[in-house]
Amino acid sequence: MAIRHEFFEKNAIFLLVGTLLTVAVGGIVEVIPLFTIETTVEKVQGVRPYSPLELRGRDIYVREGCYLCHSQQIRALRDEVERYGHYSLAAESMYDHPFQWGSKRIGPDLSRVGGKYSSEWHYAHMQNPQALVPESLMPKYAFLAETPLETGDIQARLRTNRMVGVPYTDDQITNASVDLFAQADPNGDPAALMKRYPKANLVAGDGRRVTELDAVVAYLQVLGTMVNFADTSTEKLQQ
Amino acid sequence: MSDITADAMPMMAHAPARVVVYNERIVKNAVIMAMFWGVVAFTVGVYLALELCWPAFNLGYSFTNFGRLRPVHTSAAIFAFGGTALIGTSFHVVQRTCRTRLFGGDALASFVFWGYQFFIVMAALSYVMGFSQSREYAEPEWYIDIWLTVVWVAYLIVFLGTLMMREEPHIYVANWFYLAFIVTVAMLHIGNNLAIPVSFFGAKSYSAFSGAQDALIQWWYGHNAVGFFLTAGFLGMMYYFIPKAANRPVYSYRLSIVHFWSLIFLYIWAGPHHLHWTALPDWAQTLGMAFSIMLWMPSWGGMINGLMTLSGAWDKLRTDPGLRFSVTAVGFYGMSTFEGPVMSIRDVNALAHYTDWVVGHVHSGALGWVAFISFGAIYYLVPVLWKRTGLFSNKLAAWHYWIATLGIVFYITSLWVAGIMQGLMWRAYDQYGFLQYSFVESVVAVHPYYVIRMVGGLLFLTGALIMVYNLIRTVNSPTTAPAAALRVGA
Repeated sequence: MAIRHEFFEKNAIFLLVGTLLTVAVGGIVEVIPLFTIETTVEKVQGVRPYSPLELRGRDIYVREGCYLCHSQQIRALRDEVERYGHYSLAAESMYDHPFQWGSKRIGPDLSRVGGKYSSEWHYAHMQNPQALVPESLMPKYAFLAETPLETGDIQARLRTNRMVGVPYTDDQITNASVDLFAQADPNGDPAALMKRYPKANLVAGDGRRVTELDAVVAYLQVLGTMVNFADTSTEKLQQ
Repeated sequence: MSDITADAMPMMAHAPARVVVYNERIVKNAVIMAMFWGVVAFTVGVYLALELCWPAFNLGYSFTNFGRLRPVHTSAAIFAFGGTALIGTSFHVVQRTCRTRLFGGDALASFVFWGYQFFIVMAALSYVMGFSQSREYAEPEWYIDIWLTVVWVAYLIVFLGTLMMREEPHIYVANWFYLAFIVTVAMLHIGNNLAIPVSFFGAKSYSAFSGAQDALIQWWYGHNAVGFFLTAGFLGMMYYFIPKAANRPVYSYRLSIVHFWSLIFLYIWAGPHHLHWTALPDWAQTLGMAFSIMLWMPSWGGMINGLMTLSGAWDKLRTDPGLRFSVTAVGFYGMSTFEGPVMSIRDVNALAHYTDWVVGHVHSGALGWVAFISFGAIYYLVPVLWKRTGLFSNKLAAWHYWIATLGIVFYITSLWVAGIMQGLMWRAYDQYGFLQYSFVESVVAVHPYYVIRMVGGLLFLTGALIMVYNLIRTVNSPTTAPAAALRVGA
């Protein structure tokens, strides 16, 4: 063995190539089948791309590092299902670039926080969490309510998502800006928005000035609500 | 078998006539910057611990909130402190064990070093300004990733070139580990950061992957940032500095071969244990668990090789405070590489995942192994590089050792209690079959342990500050060594 190992020990290039081949195996065997095995992401009804406002809210969720304290992945364990709802399906995050499953729960899981509280609750809670939950460790995000949402590049953001695989239609991209403002206009007519993005939640605003907090609330309110589990029998989930 | 080991160990060889002048300036710079970044990382860590004890410390500003500061802490600890220590020691070790100056000239080496420092500063600034990919331990956005790729390729060229220019017949074992660290991190970095920017002039990008696939790619990266950045690289450090400080050859050459190849082969598979019980397919979870458990053996192979090198030299622990750090580091390495496989078992993971047990486990590795092995190397290097007879004060180094060790014990024991308590509270049922605790009750319950953890971190930081003082006084003490210290094999 000592003799044969000289092959690597006396030639830096062989050592380099040998190492690279050795470390490549595990990744190849584990990652590539995830893209080729069809059952990795189950086919379920209801999962749609994020509306423009939800997508912007998600960008802010990513930017602020929310995933560092909140998971978005309900494990298939009895207590988690009872606490947070139906365990998470792979399909529910198939349009998440990147995924936000998280790895730590300093706060609770948010996979199905959508619809659990009113939007008014979220507005108040985001700006001063301790006012609603005195024991909370969450930082205050009042500055989001004061920051106007950057909306100029919304089409580019949808288009980039389409490039990485999210099936935004031309119609959705063309109307990105219209849809974004429509979702923050509770007094407007949301019919076109709802057609393109079923179950979208209207948030506060006047349809002209949209804040970052509006976007975050729109995102939080859609989390986990796309798949209707009441209507999903076991047979439907099986492929 | 053992003469090959002896051959490759510069201290055992006969001094040849040729004089090689090593590039020591780059190593000195790395030592200084590693200590600087270490203090930054520990300080931010203590501050984050304060935020978790009392959320008012978040101050309400975007840039002081936990979510933005946490990547500053992890990047400062792993990449700034750990990475700078790795680059510095690898340049030191590869020159001396190959008996040649760094390949590519001083300019290329300086580009690697300062280019890497620039990467760190850009990354930290981008986090507080609100640019993040949200990939744990890979938060920098695409433009910073491209810069790091350029620097890293230059690093590989310098290191590999130096190996190829060597005056020694064999490549010494420490260099196998450094090389595996450099090349694998390159592979992981590129694979995990594939993304498309929204615009060429903007920072924002969207990951090329999504959902379950993205999760596995991230933890393929994430776990092997542990495996290759924080393990293989620092094993390289261990394989040079422990034999040097103990003045003994590596215990077993055969063991180093077996554990090197098995460690790098098995580590890559372990990522899915971060995704147990999730929407990742079961087959991948099972593979991840099985390989994580197997990984216990090569990990302990490294520990045994490190500790047994001390055979016949254990008395040096009484007199050499640097060696004491190195050996304790190997002990912590053994402990956390046992704890890790246990936590990767699906049913243990059901309890441990998402809790502070994981945070404690990471810190037994980061503080106990990574930081301690680096402290040991730096305590060894400073007198060697600055040509001093020894440290300014061995007594202060001993104080550092005990204060830091106590800090680690506070840290990991408090988070064991906190983490297991969280796990148990989340799954507790009352007599009527309802969940017994609301989530926020588990938040309240861990508060005292968070305070203890913060005190542990504060102790660790205090120790590091003592070290900085000790090293500055060492550098400022009069030099004693003649110019001949530059000679080969010094």
